[in-house]
Amino acid sequence: MRKEFSRTIASISRDDSRIIFLTGDLGFMALEGVRDVMGSRFINVGVAEQNMISLAAGLASEGLIPFCYSIAPFAVLRPAEQLRLDVGLHNMNVKIVGNGGGYGYGIMGATHHALEDIAVVSSFQNFHCYIPYCNEDVQGTVQAMLRYGGPSYLRLGFGVVPPSLFKTDFAPIRKIASGDKLTIVGLGPVVLNAWKAIEKLEDHSLADLFAVSEMPLTQLSEELMISLNRTKKLLVIEEHVSRGGLGENLALFMVKYQLNCQFIHRFALGYPNGLYGSQDYHQKLCGLDSQSLSADIQTLLRLS
Amino acid sequence: MKELEIYKKECLLEILRLYKKANAGHIASSLSCLDILIFLYFRQMSDQDHFILSKGHAALGLYTVLAASGKISQDELETFYEDGAKLAAHPPCSGLLNGIVFGTGSLGHGLSLAAGKALSTRFTGKNAKVYCLLSDGDCNEGSTWEAALFAGHHKLNNLIVIIDNNGLQGFGSTIDILDMTPMKSKWDAFNFDVYLVENGNDLKSLQQVFQSVQFDNPKPKCIIAKTIKGSGISFMENKMEWHYLPMTDEQYSLAIQQITS
Repeated sequence: MRKEFSRTIASISRDDSRIIFLTGDLGFMALEGVRDVMGSRFINVGVAEQNMISLAAGLASEGLIPFCYSIAPFAVLRPAEQLRLDVGLHNMNVKIVGNGGGYGYGIMGATHHALEDIAVVSSFQNFHCYIPYCNEDVQGTVQAMLRYGGPSYLRLGFGVVPPSLFKTDFAPIRKIASGDKLTIVGLGPVVLNAWKAIEKLEDHSLADLFAVSEMPLTQLSEELMISLNRTKKLLVIEEHVSRGGLGENLALFMVKYQLNCQFIHRFALGYPNGLYGSQDYHQKLCGLDSQSLSADIQTLLRLS
Repeated sequence: MKELEIYKKECLLEILRLYKKANAGHIASSLSCLDILIFLYFRQMSDQDHFILSKGHAALGLYTVLAASGKISQDELETFYEDGAKLAAHPPCSGLLNGIVFGTGSLGHGLSLAAGKALSTRFTGKNAKVYCLLSDGDCNEGSTWEAALFAGHHKLNNLIVIIDNNGLQGFGSTIDILDMTPMKSKWDAFNFDVYLVENGNDLKSLQQVFQSVQFDNPKPKCIIAKTIKGSGISFMENKMEWHYLPMTDEQYSLAIQQITS
């Protein structure tokens, strides 16, 4: 999604001189175009993420709209207090951009993975987290983030979507495929693994498939409520730890609305065998790959 | 200068009265930088300039100066430390209080915030200076030095750092905990234009140093002000414990006596 993000920023910053781009010394083969378009409004602050975030708060306090870019854990967890205080509590219009959400950096290892980012950032005052579910979704998500006008975190990943599944209009919860026996809700691009699992079924219309692209969820969509009431079977998937993630967020609503479902939750388990590999490898270990999800779908379908 | 001395005495009495009323500590931290605050607000800063108190624990010092300069009301000042007040022990967030853009209290944030404000003028075209007051403890924080590197590299010449260099920090003397000497060389090495004031609790000395600052120099500025923690109250001066302690009735009477006699 980096390239889609870069194209989007290059485009919107041409028309909006308030946008300032800060990077923590990252962006090779991705941000060169942004740098060329933005000129002096593009600043490489060096490997100094704490300064980057508070500096951005200072810029935002003067009406500017700073974007702060780094690899997701460095953008969020290293400067967590700066996000909490200088951006969140002060309700500053600062846009944090973390590349490689979840296990996106694969074999680069644990230092480069972001498994707790949504839990941390969504717990801070005023912060909204945005998670595009496919590469094509980046532009609309960035525009939604700008419309919000407050503290925001954009979690970029990688997701190639079949054209039939792409919904252009951003919403926190979007139904991207329809079915009547099962409800699947996924956070960001991992939802596409569920689609691959559905495609393996003889009947492709067994599952309602929802992509969640904004956290924390402040309400359930009517479509999702209807689906849960109808299917009574829910599979939640997220490339994020269970604590503070989509599953917990949904569970609160289900208790509130007395939605009683058969429930399977697949999430990032960390490093259960202590070993590292590609994003696919880690997804498989966590049961987030399409094959594992097929098995979960079959399990839920069998349950009465 | 006589006028400033009157403001100083007024603020000093208010600081003691309100800390006593609240039965609260951080007294010596406010006293350490009171002269700097008075000079900035009554002599140095123009209306478009900004001030960030990175050492947020000296909040009451700042509140009294904001009240004396008419930025907040006396009624507001009286709410210090009360339930439901904007005037907490550390400056409030979210722009709740006139004159305070950023709430602080966790050390190491102020200089980056100030650098952001100073940098913003390059894009907004505003003509503003940004003053930022740091403590010795602030200078322990790595983030302060990230900000200093940035400010020096980008030649933020409208950024003026003042260090309330009283030599004491949270649990002992700076020289014993994390020796920051030579302080001047450090800021020099980070490409700041550095000034020293030997008595940062003397308004005339502060005036001299601020008059000597070359604002057309392209570097950011750093004024290292040698100060005394608890300045003005003999039994508090250079005593680390007055970072924390509230005053007994006897101590309060003695402190008032020392100021008014």
